[in-house]
Amino acid sequence: MSSHLIVLPVVLPLVAGILLLFQRQGSVRVKRLIGTGATLALLLVGIALVARAAGGEVTYYALGDWQPPFGIVLVLDRLSALMVLLTAVLAVGAVVFACAGDDERGSNFHGLFQWQLMGINGAFLTGDLFNLFVFFEVLLLASYALLLHGGGKERIMSGVHYVVLNLAGSSLFLIAVGILYGATGTLNMADMSTRLATLPAEREGLVVAGGLMLLVVFGLKAAILPLYFWLPKAYAAAPAPVAALFAIMTKVGIYAILRVYSLVFGEAAGPLANLEQAWVWWLSLGTLVAAAIGVLAARDLRLLVAYLVLVSVGTLLAGIGIGTPAAVSALLYYLIHTTLITGGLFLLAEMIGAQRGQAGTRLVKGRPLRQGGWLAVLFFAGAIAVAGMPPLSGAIGKALLLAAAEGMERAWLWPILLLSGLAAIIALSRAGSTLFWRSTGEADGQRLAHRQWFGVAWLMAAAPLLVVLAGPLVNYTDATAAQLASPESLTRALLNTEGDAP
Amino acid sequence: MESLYAITTGVLTACGLYLILRSRTFPVVVGLTLLSYAVNLFLFSMGGLTTDGAALVDGAGDYADPLPQALVLTAIVIGFAMTAFVVILAMRARSEAGNDHVDGRKHEAGEGRR
Repeated sequence: MSSHLIVLPVVLPLVAGILLLFQRQGSVRVKRLIGTGATLALLLVGIALVARAAGGEVTYYALGDWQPPFGIVLVLDRLSALMVLLTAVLAVGAVVFACAGDDERGSNFHGLFQWQLMGINGAFLTGDLFNLFVFFEVLLLASYALLLHGGGKERIMSGVHYVVLNLAGSSLFLIAVGILYGATGTLNMADMSTRLATLPAEREGLVVAGGLMLLVVFGLKAAILPLYFWLPKAYAAAPAPVAALFAIMTKVGIYAILRVYSLVFGEAAGPLANLEQAWVWWLSLGTLVAAAIGVLAARDLRLLVAYLVLVSVGTLLAGIGIGTPAAVSALLYYLIHTTLITGGLFLLAEMIGAQRGQAGTRLVKGRPLRQGGWLAVLFFAGAIAVAGMPPLSGAIGKALLLAAAEGMERAWLWPILLLSGLAAIIALSRAGSTLFWRSTGEADGQRLAHRQWFGVAWLMAAAPLLVVLAGPLVNYTDATAAQLASPESLTRALLNTEGDAP
Repeated sequence: MESLYAITTGVLTACGLYLILRSRTFPVVVGLTLLSYAVNLFLFSMGGLTTDGAALVDGAGDYADPLPQALVLTAIVIGFAMTAFVVILAMRARSEAGNDHVDGRKHEAGEGRR
């Protein structure tokens, strides 16, 4: 059983999704039970994976027992285990929230949700470039359908942009994979990194082209500056639990950049090493500036949170752009924080909108909130965390990242990152005072379901918990960054015959 | 052979890209289809073009790289499903927005508002 543990995050949602497909017309209760149960089981698997990877050993699962570099492998190291656990934690909050009624606004919500989890987990675990493409497609297909869940003009129109852009991105991904295979003769990422070291000089141009095309594809998923225009509309239009789950989707892009460029184009790649660094660094700063302006200009709470997701993307990319182990460790800590908090804010925005009648989440004068007290407390906590003010988790993440910047990087990063934080504070305080204080008429909203409260509280609890557990967590992210900085351990584990393949 | 193959792929890609940049959903869908054909052709050639070889390893003779064939099959299946999905989506968008502009606008920016 334990040897099959690595493949469970892919198989479990797949099986749950198939079961849910059989239950498509079945009772709501059974569907919710299967969906929530599978997500909770995924959480346990995620914890087991982190416990297994924490020692620093890299293990892999060879599908069909075809040994690398020929077969497809799922690789478990500290980074992939952390990402799988993070996905599961986020998914638990989102799926419980959805059980309050959002799941019945369209068909087969829970099945699609599980398949999206399968795609995300697969993308985090796979060690094969083409397999990464396949899992990207799995998670994208599920996300297309989830984005349109419930229908409505806004969702359909933003869905058209999202789908067309991602299809074009997928084509580009295939071209890049084709070029890299043509130049190196392998698709296994670890194998590719060893072959790049002995690459004939005339093929260098091809590999550079392929590598940078991959950056465009991952940049589209992660929503970097010139490629982010689809994100605010799509995230603001998506149903709340889906938007919360989408909080991890941009991080899939970040993860792919981190993984591919640290492993394939790491120090061992000789002249091709750190191919992406210069691009990522400047684009991250641009993303931060554009996102901060977007945050200030947003006239709708959901749109505001969507731009806050973009701010976090810029911050994370800046960590990749600096590229030292300290910066990578800081960005991983910030990644956990921002995924959970922005996910929680999307859910919270839905709850606030539900109680304001016609005004919804738009930042205009509306009806007073029926349960305004608790909503305001949660909003306040979320705003402090996401803007990066002490004492909650955002402050620690940002402080770690600021401390990791050196020399000229410091001169660029400090003002831009701090000013984007200021923009977030201004926009959030304006939004909060409009939502909670500027109101007319009688409160007549429905009382909110306990499941919704649980979903938001589950995600928002990350803010204080990440501070309390900051010590062990930073130890783990430090170890992860060290592991990423020396990809030889991964290459050795994969390409030697000893591994614990079943 | 190589130049013919390269020109075909290039022309398909160029046409696909041009059509994707159009403002109505139908040309965009056709453009995506053309682009996926071009990508499939490109993938097929990524292991190098083999002429007069066996499709599978067959004794001592020349043979084609089997991996691109497997990959291109996967890519075709995924591309086909995606095209079906985007066609349905375009039709939904047409009925929701009342026109087939990708932004749901009635007129082009230059033509002025209704």
